[in-house]
Amino acid sequence: MRRGGRTPPHRFATETATWKRSQTSRPTRNRPGETAARSRPMAGAVIAQFETAEGERTGPQLDIPVDTTAAQLQLILHELLHLEEKVPYSFYVAEAEVSSTLEKALGAASTEQAVRIVYVPQAIFRVRAVTRCSSTLPGHAEALLSSSFSPDGNTLATGSGDHCVRLWDVHTETPRATLRSHRDWVLCIAWSPCGRFLASGGKDGQVALWRAMERSVKGEVAPLRVMNAHKKWVNAIAWEPLHLSLAMPRFASASKDGQIRIWEALTGRCVTSLSGHSMSVSCVRWSGDGLVISGSQDRTIKVWAPNETKLVRSLEGHAHWVNCIALNTDAALRVGGHDHRGVAAPEIEAQAVAAEKKFKEVRGAAPELMVSGSDDFTLFLWSPYSSKKPITRMTGHVQLVNAACFSPDGQWIASGSFDGSIRLWHGKTGKFVATLRGHVGAVYQLAWSGDSRLLASGSKDSTVKVWETRTRKVKEDLPGHADEVYTVDWSPDGERVASGGKDRNLKMWRC
Amino acid sequence: MAQGEYIELHQKRHGKRLDHDERARKKEARSAHKKSAISKKLRGLKAKQYNKKRYSEKAEMKKTIKQHAERLNKHKTAEKPDEKDAVPAYLLDREGMSHAKVLSNSIKQKRKEKAGKWSVPIPKVRPVGEDEVFKVMASGKRKKKQWKRMVNKVTFVGESFTRKPPKYERFVRPAALRFKQAHVTHPELKATFTLDLIGVKKNPQSPLYTSLGVITKGTVIEVNCSDLGLVTPSGKVVWGKYAQVTNNPENDGCINAVLLV
Repeated sequence: MRRGGRTPPHRFATETATWKRSQTSRPTRNRPGETAARSRPMAGAVIAQFETAEGERTGPQLDIPVDTTAAQLQLILHELLHLEEKVPYSFYVAEAEVSSTLEKALGAASTEQAVRIVYVPQAIFRVRAVTRCSSTLPGHAEALLSSSFSPDGNTLATGSGDHCVRLWDVHTETPRATLRSHRDWVLCIAWSPCGRFLASGGKDGQVALWRAMERSVKGEVAPLRVMNAHKKWVNAIAWEPLHLSLAMPRFASASKDGQIRIWEALTGRCVTSLSGHSMSVSCVRWSGDGLVISGSQDRTIKVWAPNETKLVRSLEGHAHWVNCIALNTDAALRVGGHDHRGVAAPEIEAQAVAAEKKFKEVRGAAPELMVSGSDDFTLFLWSPYSSKKPITRMTGHVQLVNAACFSPDGQWIASGSFDGSIRLWHGKTGKFVATLRGHVGAVYQLAWSGDSRLLASGSKDSTVKVWETRTRKVKEDLPGHADEVYTVDWSPDGERVASGGKDRNLKMWRC
Repeated sequence: MAQGEYIELHQKRHGKRLDHDERARKKEARSAHKKSAISKKLRGLKAKQYNKKRYSEKAEMKKTIKQHAERLNKHKTAEKPDEKDAVPAYLLDREGMSHAKVLSNSIKQKRKEKAGKWSVPIPKVRPVGEDEVFKVMASGKRKKKQWKRMVNKVTFVGESFTRKPPKYERFVRPAALRFKQAHVTHPELKATFTLDLIGVKKNPQSPLYTSLGVITKGTVIEVNCSDLGLVTPSGKVVWGKYAQVTNNPENDGCINAVLLV
């Protein structure tokens, strides 16, 4: 089947889901509009052109009845693309999703010209929404401040106000180890993408590195390395992506003292210190292209080249503190070489290859995108690799934006705000899609499921809620915490959601 | 040299008195006594002005002393971990938000431990008779009818209440004694909030007082605590809570109450 819009439109039988090319193909004219006008014999049919999200045309223009359902579109597309395996797609007409029939999605849109149906591949696997609390794990003597599943999804680490990090066995839902080294609250924890190391940053400015699989008597583990270089507390930690850090894993820590330090994990040496921010650095990311991106309370986002210790560009636009930044490849970089079931090749080289493939798949041809949320109630979408101008400014929240993240496939951006609402934005263009309302308190944290269909949010109102992107409604309301929920994480294999907060309990949610 | 500066001229010519410094020191040392004598003697506007001046002088003095004290303290004290509740990194710089006003739910959980449903802070109240609460109003042309009563105590009257025509109005609740707000203390937080009244839940004196909305000491009132940010375990905002009145509002001109948690 040829590409481009020059072939005559093909007609499909109205009644059946199985489709067939019409026998009556006529001589063609070059302009698509004209062909469309001439060949509209059927009432309730449109000329349609399938397109990818990048605007690339797929197959010829087709004459499709308007009561075609999404499932039928799927069949057509599968035939056009000659796919053997069943990849689910979602279809968009004029940026409205085709949920029931083409007609409903079209609405009042003009059918004079060929209708462009944009198809976006969905994850082949499906994560089921969590519905119940499978266990409540006490143990921490103070509020839980951070939680993170390991890339293979077997271990959960939580940092708490009682100065220790705890590791939990996910499958048996029991405590595995207590990691003590910090002298103050543990504010942030991050797993290395290979899953061997865990870094934690505390309010005392200490960064501690732990070996994840180390076992010892009485469940107490000593740190592998302790780094005391930051003068104030550590806000965030980001690991170098696996495909860049094969020889020597490194990570960046961002601190209140305005510095970002790059550490070598194995030696515990501070490789470089990136200073340039004049206020607290609130968030940091290590992009798959090898840049370190940091957002700060001095209203700027700075892009660094860590190997040359160089400031590449400074992104200015926010009018107040930058609270969060997120890359569209975050989810892919986090799990490294592990697939959606948490399985990875045993040797690290193969993992790195898989990680790079995964990263390139999510990133696509264009450079990575980044979204930043701020105290000025807005979000900005940037392309930090190429430009210092924002792609778009996303307004709508009426309180500060505390959390923003891309869905794992990069199709959506979700942003959580202190006004209690979550907003959904288009991941490529930053266009507003929907508001998810339901929380009565500030939304603190968001976590996407691996298949980008579900979103979990933790809030000040002591509930965790699971949202569905398709319906844009609450899928599950998970009450149970006695107080504010500070941290939520969805495991990479999609089986569990962990949440913790001020009531000092860790809760595991399962489907 | 100006004509009037004869003292300076004299000092220039002959030098200062030999005991000048000693006298100056003594005068300075006595000045506090002198000032206090003045401040005791002054009355009226003069006193006000003088006190204001002294107040600003003292504030300045305290500031200076503090600066000196800081300079003496050369050793940096070791930073101790905070005793406060732990908060995540994204809330660390937001201490400015009124956390005192926002009640913690873990405090609320202690409510579960309470013994009985009606274990209230003030279990016994002084009986208040009808003759104390109601004043007889004479009505009619010759003022000989005695069926009207005026409520002498503080009342809560709902938003939508409209008075009946005089002929049918048995109980009059004077506007001056109608209250809309109460100062409610949270017993565990030891913090007081001004909250809107929603209703009178129970006046232990009599059901009649409850229905009339009479608020005396020991009355359980319902207050609107939606500003406090409490949520139920299922994540809904709590907006009505009960509180018991701890003072005699008719004497004090305000309602003080303690939250029942």
